[in-house]
Amino acid sequence: MSLDKATVAKVANLARIRVEEEDLEGLASELNSILDWVEQLGEVDTENTPPMTSVADMQLRWRQDEITDGGYQEDIVANAPSPEDGFFGVPKVIE
Amino acid sequence: MSDLTKLTIAEARDGLKAKKFSARELTAAHITSMDAARGLNAYITETPEVAVEMATRSDEKLANGEGGLMEGIPVAVKDLFCTKDTLTTAASHILDGFKPKYESTVTTNLWNEGAVMLGKVNLDEFAMGSSNETSYYGNVINPWRRSGDDKDLVPGGSSGGSAAAVAAHMAMGATGTDTGGSIRQPAAFTGTVGIKPTYGRCSRWGVVAFASSLDQAGPMTRSVRDASIMLEAMAGFDAKDSTSVEMDVPNFEAALTGDIRGLKIGIPKEYRIDGMSDEIAKLWDQGIEWLKAAGAEIVEISLPHTKYALAAYYIVAPAEASSNLARYDGVRYGLRVEGENLADMYSRTRGEGFGAEVKRRILVGTYALSAGYYDAYYLKAQKVRTRIADDFKEAFKSVDAILTPTAPSAAFAAGEKNNDPLEMYLNDVFTVPASLAGLPGISLPAGLSSEGLPLGLQLLGRPFDEETVLRTAGVLEEAAGFDAEPTAWWKG
Amino acid sequence: MGMIIQGATGDWEVVIGMEVHAQVMSKAKLFSGSATEYGAEQNSQVSFVDAAMPGMLPVINEMAVEQAVRTGLGLKAQINKYSVFDRKNYFYADLPQGYQISQFLQPIVGEGKLTIDLKDGETKEIGITRLHLEQDAGKSIHDQHPTMTLVDLNRSGVALMEIVSEPDIRSPEEAAAYMKKLRSILRYLGTCDGNMEEGSMRADVNVSVRRLGDPLGTRCEMKNLNSVRFIQQAIIYEANRQVDILEEGGEIDQETRLYDSVKGETRSMRSKEEAHDYRYFPDPDLLPLQFDDAFIEKVKADLPELPDEKKARFVSELGITPYDAGVLVAEKEVADYFEAVAKGRDAKLSANWVIGELFGNLNRTSKSLSESPVSADGLGELIDLIKDGTISNRIAKEVFEEMFESGKAAGVIVDEKGLKQVSDTGAIEAAIDEVMAANMDKVEEYRGGKDKLIGFFMGQVMKATGGKANPGVVNKLLKPKLDG
Ligand SMILES: [Mg+2]
Ligand SMILES: [Zn+2]
Repeated sequence: MSLDKATVAKVANLARIRVEEEDLEGLASELNSILDWVEQLGEVDTENTPPMTSVADMQLRWRQDEITDGGYQEDIVANAPSPEDGFFGVPKVIE
Repeated sequence: MSDLTKLTIAEARDGLKAKKFSARELTAAHITSMDAARGLNAYITETPEVAVEMATRSDEKLANGEGGLMEGIPVAVKDLFCTKDTLTTAASHILDGFKPKYESTVTTNLWNEGAVMLGKVNLDEFAMGSSNETSYYGNVINPWRRSGDDKDLVPGGSSGGSAAAVAAHMAMGATGTDTGGSIRQPAAFTGTVGIKPTYGRCSRWGVVAFASSLDQAGPMTRSVRDASIMLEAMAGFDAKDSTSVEMDVPNFEAALTGDIRGLKIGIPKEYRIDGMSDEIAKLWDQGIEWLKAAGAEIVEISLPHTKYALAAYYIVAPAEASSNLARYDGVRYGLRVEGENLADMYSRTRGEGFGAEVKRRILVGTYALSAGYYDAYYLKAQKVRTRIADDFKEAFKSVDAILTPTAPSAAFAAGEKNNDPLEMYLNDVFTVPASLAGLPGISLPAGLSSEGLPLGLQLLGRPFDEETVLRTAGVLEEAAGFDAEPTAWWKG
Repeated sequence: MGMIIQGATGDWEVVIGMEVHAQVMSKAKLFSGSATEYGAEQNSQVSFVDAAMPGMLPVINEMAVEQAVRTGLGLKAQINKYSVFDRKNYFYADLPQGYQISQFLQPIVGEGKLTIDLKDGETKEIGITRLHLEQDAGKSIHDQHPTMTLVDLNRSGVALMEIVSEPDIRSPEEAAAYMKKLRSILRYLGTCDGNMEEGSMRADVNVSVRRLGDPLGTRCEMKNLNSVRFIQQAIIYEANRQVDILEEGGEIDQETRLYDSVKGETRSMRSKEEAHDYRYFPDPDLLPLQFDDAFIEKVKADLPELPDEKKARFVSELGITPYDAGVLVAEKEVADYFEAVAKGRDAKLSANWVIGELFGNLNRTSKSLSESPVSADGLGELIDLIKDGTISNRIAKEVFEEMFESGKAAGVIVDEKGLKQVSDTGAIEAAIDEVMAANMDKVEEYRGGKDKLIGFFMGQVMKATGGKANPGVVNKLLKPKLDG
């Protein structure tokens, strides 16, 4: 499998990471060398092997339906780059 | 008074109880040491005022004959743990100015046991790296140098700041996190002890996530006993973490009986990789001899899928990371780089906020999960992971612990392995398999390289059997008698 | 009946599938302990988990699991004892984690079915494909700030059930009936309050058209429709739009479309459409969701009687017509009210009073049943007064109006106004004599063969007694007297 520049650009967009045009080539070759190396996994017979779901031998614990959290608006927006009256402000979205 | 920073945690604990010195004196000595060693760039944020305040409270408790496991012991916190109202960066530009309004469970446990916070230590950005060269806050420098050479070496990663702080006596212990070897490998590079407990032993709540199914917190110290004490203080069930295991924390220090007679120690033949240096091979053989001499039985075992662990890891970890790091979007905290619209704001924020290695891994992970590739990469890697875990399960039917080298080499120079990500990834070859299987593993210093650098041995154990791991490590530590120290060149 | 669009080139059938997002009734959120109540101050019901602060982790709310299982049982569906939470990855301002925790390949509930009620008592079965649990997103407010969109995360992390139907729906009416029936079942189960104005139930509607007998056509999805009326309007517009394109030889693009309720049209949402690749994978912060048969049995044990069964019982045991029974069971509140009225009483009479007088008055005054001034016991008392002959049916209607107006009890009104029915034969005979004496000419006409005049005398006697005479008694006494 070989990634071209266009694929890298597509993946970068999917990941919302701005990559300059001139950096695409280098990134493509780095990613290709990693993915080529990963190809070796194909040598392992996993025909009847289930994928790992959890390393810990345990069951999911359930929490009771009780209100135990929230109620601290100030703390929620305390670190916001653009807090607006208890809201998070983001560039205007036109739908 | 003699230099209090020379003490181990166990010695300091006993000294404090015996009122030979106060927690404030102990803390002051470490603050002085931090100042002197600033050139190593181990700390991102120093919190001396907080430390003095905490030490004062410890002194009050100690005066009343009270106090926890770590009462008055000054420690450093890897800057991946969220600490309330104290800058928490994950060594990333993208968390600029982030001061959490909450405290991680592990650090809360430590403070409840009386530990004193000296500050937040440097790491690879988002814990992605094996040399602490990807931090937005600059490289950490290993306190160790090759004999007769003043070139800066890396401390390993990602808990490089933790390792350097402990090795240079800027903290008595430090928290680390280990995803693929991030506690054990830097411990080996700095002549310190680091244990990654079983996945689920320490809560992940409040620890900035890298790869959720692999991340585990653990202590880094200067002795196995100290690691036992600190691990006990950090560990415990946490209802806020669905992967935290509901199990009592044993008295780990009590496990250090020094007696491993009859214990079966596995030596995995697949770890004798091509091109393993003589030095590492010799160290490993030496370890085997020490264990034999202590009455353990050595058993050759096979972990046939070892070879594929790194490749599986470098799919699983980036895939999880690509999703875990999606929350850094410039909306609720950290850096925001304005753009033409929302999507542009995201792309610019993340483009500028993440460093090269983090971006590389996010892209690999995004690709590995994307439509049409999921089965070939992510699903395949998770299946291979099952096989690796099964290898260990099989092996632990016949052995009680496994001995391997920690890393394929001693610490290397900064910039030496930066050009090829794959070469860097190979650093984790001995540590990654146990991470994939969620097993406990410890690294302890066992000797010096020909260049005078510390080398580590690794012991792996069954799930939740940290006690056997620690006990065996204690015996190895005793046998190795490793007491070398880096020359304190940074003070000059 | 399916909707057929007659195009210039022939008939087109409309095929509809629905994805309904129903908010789970629970105090706290799906994976955090913050509150779910509607209408709170912005970001006041948000935990660090809901805001996706670094290092925060999800822990599942058992109520959400129970509610999903309960709903699955109510939809006669397969309950999966092993299911998996996946991350659905995409970026949006109101999605703080950068992913939604949802269920993709292995949902908690599998195939089930739902019977919709159509006109004239007809029914039709709609297949349920699946039900899965997922997190709701926050809310973006676009019109409160000149240059910014404001994000409120109160809803972020609230538990939703996404209920997906098979493409078995064939008309806007069936879609409406589906939505109403689903809402009814959820409300019976107590798993969703069904409040569409508050967004507790929203539908994504998939519409395609095809020639009768052809395979399925390409569909378009209209997202987040929050009223039954909009659902119907959107389907009509969209189906016709697709037919127009196909008739002109065009092709339908599979896409997400927005229904603009002001303009009454759908339009493409290209902005949201670009390169979606959700990269689903099992959430590594959570383990698979597992429970045993005992858990399912426990939930099953306190399952209420659902509308379909209730309707069948009303028809078979109470002798109510299927149509009336359908009306009575649509809302659990109404069914409960009716059953309280009918308990130990004439069920048909009770049904008539609930559907006729009660609904009539509620409608007239735009009141909901919970606001009714007449309680079930109050209406029951009124019916008892009719049954034991204390008042006539006609007087009872008057009394009911008064009850509705003043909230007074039926007996009190009857007493105060002296409306008690007169069954005393002496008094009635006297009244008859009086009326006959005053209308001797009419008596003669009657006796001359004009039988129909009996109605006139009946009316006059009732009038003379102020409507209180027992009509049965009057009837019995009047004829012999007139006949002489
Ligand atoms: Mg949908
Ligand atoms: Zn959904």
